Amino acid sequence: MKNKTLLKSFLTIITYTYLTASVNAESLTKLEAEKRGLEISKKAKQQDTGWKDSSSDMLMFLRNKQGQESLREIKTKTLELLNDGDKSLTIFNQPRDVKGTSFLSFSHPVGNDDQWLYLPSLKRVKRISSRNKSGPFMGSEFSFEDLSSFEIEKYQYNYLGDEAVNGLDSFMVEQFPVDENSGYTRRIVWIDKSEYRVQKIDFYDRKNSLLKTLSYENYQQYLNRYWRADSAMMINHQSGKSTELQWSNYEFSTGLTDGDFNRNTLKRAR
Amino acid sequence: MKRITEIKRFVLLITVSFMGLMQSTFLLADEIELSGKVGIEQRYFINEGQYIDQLENTQASIFIEPELYVGWNNGSDSLIFKPFYRKDEWDDERSHFDIREFSYTHAASDWELRAGIRKEFWGVTEFQHLVDVINQTDNVEDIDGEDKLGQLMLNLSFVREWGIVDLYILPGFRERTFVGESSRLRGGLLVDNENVSYQSSAEDKHVDLAFRWSHSVGDFDIGSYWFHGTNRDPILTPVLQGELVTLKQYYNQMDQFGLDVQATIDDWLWKFETIYRKTDDDDYLAAQAGFEYTYVGVFNSNADLGWLLEYGWDSRGEGSEKSLGAPVQNDLYLGSRLAFNDMQSTELLMGIGADLSHNSYSMIVEANRRFGESVKASLDIRLMQSNNQYDPLFNVKDDDHLQFTVEWYY
Repeated sequence: MKNKTLLKSFLTIITYTYLTASVNAESLTKLEAEKRGLEISKKAKQQDTGWKDSSSDMLMFLRNKQGQESLREIKTKTLELLNDGDKSLTIFNQPRDVKGTSFLSFSHPVGNDDQWLYLPSLKRVKRISSRNKSGPFMGSEFSFEDLSSFEIEKYQYNYLGDEAVNGLDSFMVEQFPVDENSGYTRRIVWIDKSEYRVQKIDFYDRKNSLLKTLSYENYQQYLNRYWRADSAMMINHQSGKSTELQWSNYEFSTGLTDGDFNRNTLKRAR
Repeated sequence: MKRITEIKRFVLLITVSFMGLMQSTFLLADEIELSGKVGIEQRYFINEGQYIDQLENTQASIFIEPELYVGWNNGSDSLIFKPFYRKDEWDDERSHFDIREFSYTHAASDWELRAGIRKEFWGVTEFQHLVDVINQTDNVEDIDGEDKLGQLMLNLSFVREWGIVDLYILPGFRERTFVGESSRLRGGLLVDNENVSYQSSAEDKHVDLAFRWSHSVGDFDIGSYWFHGTNRDPILTPVLQGELVTLKQYYNQMDQFGLDVQATIDDWLWKFETIYRKTDDDDYLAAQAGFEYTYVGVFNSNADLGWLLEYGWDSRGEGSEKSLGAPVQNDLYLGSRLAFNDMQSTELLMGIGADLSHNSYSMIVEANRRFGESVKASLDIRLMQSNNQYDPLFNVKDDDHLQFTVEWYY
């Protein structure tokens, strides 16, 4: 009898140890895991709040299975809004035939974003539907939703456990998109424990099979606080295509205001 | 003699100050960029033309449109120069030069000043651009009316909480371009580019005015304007010149009110445009309305399939023996756009326009994709049919054609 109890507690200890070593989320109830996932995501969002505005240049290398490459050159300006989604202006410079095309977006945590496209050859500003979240951005492996700003309200959460990524101890958080137009059933996000930076994301398609993996590389710190990666790689496991992003000329708190994000600025943005 | 010296001195002064301005501009410039495109176009007409002297089957042309941009004060001040030239194989009228843009822009935090030759587009619909009125149509480029001539203007733009207000002073008027006798896609009578008259005694020096307000409220984008000045659409009247009957151009003065609204609700874009035009010759009301619906990720692919439906109406009604009528008065348009969203941005566009009052239709298919990093190729097919001789489309009913274009961007 005594032995049996001993054996039982021994097994419990072993199980417990095993779980904490790899995935300690098993010991949490569903509700606790949800709460923990939300907390981690909130912390990550909070760590990246207060930069006011930012601008950067981005290169996009599109590669197919055969190794053919195509380049996109994009400039982005973003205004952080604390009580709403961010406002952003995206300016295309490459490929040459779309040079001068620019894109204005007022994102909202809940509901549809407001988006306008400026077509320089026609000098036309066109309001476009923002429901196209799952479609590819400029033929790349990034969809529109992959490039939009992260807002807490956009997902439901589940903490999966811990795992090391890029040599960094990280949280694994499952995020379920609230928007029914999302191209994903869920995504698994690895957030490092030391600085709460997104290290890796696995995207699962509408049939819940692994579609893409996004990995961030070479994080740099700006204004002694905000972390931005120098590059990121998106690999599509189903098509074999990939898209690499490289950022440069990051600038923060340059004094951009609401007045820098309207139809007029859209028309002359470059 | 003394006067000539004075003039010389004046010209010299102007030249020197202009050069000084240019030099300081370039010295202060923090961005100078030269870009643009060069292209070749080949048209193939399936049938013989209706009128004598028209080219038979093929029409080739080359064109160039460079753009020079100079920006200074961190982009708050900028200068754009964009000339255009097309050389046509047959038609000297279609071979033409135009300054599409040559303008200076100063941008402050809530206002902008734009001065020089510019292009301004207004409107929301796809098959007809009713409210778009600032620039004259460059009719020799294409018959779709989308190509425009540069317009000299002074434009002040204010951004306010309640919308954007634009004031335009438009000194000088551009006559519409018309193709010569060798060209297809024209009427039986040639438009005489020398025989032009105006209602205004100032002729093409009349200073036009426009005032526009535009705003976005929730799902709605609204724009409204009033325009006073020279009517961009000429009244064409046959005149006998020697043995030849040609069309003379008459440009009257007009007052036009315009309104454009787009409601962007989920996957649907609801569009509406209307104008009221008043001239001494007539006044009329016209409208174009419809929707655009996009199905994202069609056939389980990355492609988007868009559907467009538009209806056009005009109070002048159909053309007849007695009146010219309106080209679009009871017309229905159906279009479909397939965007593959691939690396080469492959796109396919199809459209059918039908006049519901009589048997007349036009059909267009446009396919284009990029090759490599900076070459774009497109193939357009246009088919036209009409059995009403008072319908403008009747003139071009035998001009079904294919158009292949290759553009190189730099």
